[in-house]
Amino acid sequence: MISALRMDISARVFKVFRRHLTVYRRSWKVSLSFNFFEPLLYLAALGYGLGVYVQAIEGLTYIQFIAPALIASSAMFSSAYECTYGTYIRMEFQKTFQAMVATPVSMDEVSLGEILWGSYKSFLYGSVILFVILVLGLVASPWALLVPVVLLVSGLLFAAMSMIWIGLIPNIDSFNYYFSLVITPLFLFSGVFFPLSGLPAIVQSLAWASPLFHVVNLTRGLVLGDVGVHLVWDFLWLVVVAAVLIPIAIHLMRRLVIR
Amino acid sequence: MEVISARNLVKDYNGLRAVNGINFTVQRQECFGILGPNGAGKTSTVRMMFGFSPITSGELKVLGLDVSDHAREIKAQLGVVPQENNLDLDLKVLQNLLVYAGFFNIPERTARERALKLLEFFGLSDKRDAKVDHLSGGMKRRLTIARALINDPDIIILDEPTTGLDPQARHTVWQRLRQLRSRGVTLILTTHYLEEASQLCDRLIIMDHGIILDEGTPEFLVGKHVGSEVLEVGQGAGAGEMLITQFQSQIRGHLVVGDNLVLYPLNGRQLLASLQELPQQFDHYLLRPATLEDVFLKLTGRGLTV
Ligand SMILES: Nc1ncnc2c1ncn2[C@@H]1O[C@H](COP(=O)(O)OP(=O)(O)OP(=O)(O)O)[C@@H](O)[C@H]1O
Ligand SMILES: [Mg+2]
Repeated sequence: MISALRMDISARVFKVFRRHLTVYRRSWKVSLSFNFFEPLLYLAALGYGLGVYVQAIEGLTYIQFIAPALIASSAMFSSAYECTYGTYIRMEFQKTFQAMVATPVSMDEVSLGEILWGSYKSFLYGSVILFVILVLGLVASPWALLVPVVLLVSGLLFAAMSMIWIGLIPNIDSFNYYFSLVITPLFLFSGVFFPLSGLPAIVQSLAWASPLFHVVNLTRGLVLGDVGVHLVWDFLWLVVVAAVLIPIAIHLMRRLVIR
Repeated sequence: MEVISARNLVKDYNGLRAVNGINFTVQRQECFGILGPNGAGKTSTVRMMFGFSPITSGELKVLGLDVSDHAREIKAQLGVVPQENNLDLDLKVLQNLLVYAGFFNIPERTARERALKLLEFFGLSDKRDAKVDHLSGGMKRRLTIARALINDPDIIILDEPTTGLDPQARHTVWQRLRQLRSRGVTLILTTHYLEEASQLCDRLIIMDHGIILDEGTPEFLVGKHVGSEVLEVGQGAGAGEMLITQFQSQIRGHLVVGDNLVLYPLNGRQLLASLQELPQQFDHYLLRPATLEDVFLKLTGRGLTV
């Protein structure tokens, strides 16, 4: 078990990352505009539309409440998409992994490169949303400058989580289930749309197990300037869970590809 | 000097034995062929050489290094052309070579120089900015071979380099491979084209069901198993058995392939003359030089023996 988790990683992992970056440079305009379109729709429909009918939450207007959380959820979605569909297409249809593994790059570096890439996507799309809400005047504190750091760490976590799913159920049709059974429930019950304090205690403790819950705490706290030690705990939670999930993802991918 | 050696090499996939204890060596600067029908274990064998597939048991050394714990050093010195094209569809032609060079830590300037030379060598210079998807099958294959040469390897492994190409494209690839060999590159080539094997390979092994049926130079194998000539007889309805019994003393073997009876005569002209004296008429006779194909058919038993 221990030896199975031993990893073969060198600086070549950045060559894998660079390959993804080179490819992305050719299409970033389209993909970036599509990716921040969706959170903007939520912001418009819920913040400006529904928000009119919602009373102040913890002293905030509804749009002030959800805007920072949408940074967190778009970070989750972007790495989850990248490290399910994106990774799977490269692995299964384009055989990109097979090509890389025939060079001095190891499979573990390929997998970690995918995770870093997923994390970068979270960072990128989350930051775009942050910028948009800044322009809309919804950023209240310079603490928001730390949001990109949170995005990188949460990106690592969601990327690894998604690749674990591939490792366990390597089938493109199964990703529907991943999104409807894992990602959407996280999206709905992690405090993005409503505070969890009104829910039964059992639900609140379940939420503690949701990575998105901690990311939302962080982005909301930092954007609104409501900082404190509790945010350090949220951050540590993310770091520890990411550190546990990454080697598992790498191990499962190695088992899947190298046979 | 041997650059690759396999001892009792075994590969299992979840209980299925794909390679069953094979032994062979590849010498520096030769073209070594692995010939075998579908499912023989050719791909499994070469994949183990570049660490894509861990060996189940036995020993496999490349450049004197054990594949199980020196994958990285070995891969740095190999060029690999996989059976399935895996060019980067998201990148253009030249970019494919440059990004791939990055995986070998080749400095950008060197990589670009080499890439441009390789594109020229493979007749792809005017396609350098084309999308890989827009290349023809033959061009994709040539690009894949060019990519395998980006690290200037001493050994290149080609898994069915010309499968699916039209005859002209195939000849172009062969010509390039011959040029590489004359430059001193060691080639390891799997194929089920007999012509490819006889055109290119100095030495080959014939594999089936995970074992090596025989090995040697193409001429040696033909001479050993078939002789210099074969006589094909279009035998019609089951006259084969009779012919074989009647001419037993004049042949060293035979094979039935569909409606054709293939005889391995001791003396071709004499046997042909005797056949023509028979009262029966046959659809056709053909006396021709024996080829690797006859050896292959005989050894793999693809074709039913009477
Ligand atoms: N990844 C794999 N998982 C399970 N079985 C495999 C795998 N790869 C190959 N096999 C099996 O191993 C055997 C040998 O396959 P291999 O691909 O080595 O044959 P091959 O000689 O290359 O055939 P072909 O000419 O069709 O390419 C086959 O029975 C095949 O089904
Ligand atoms: Mg094969």
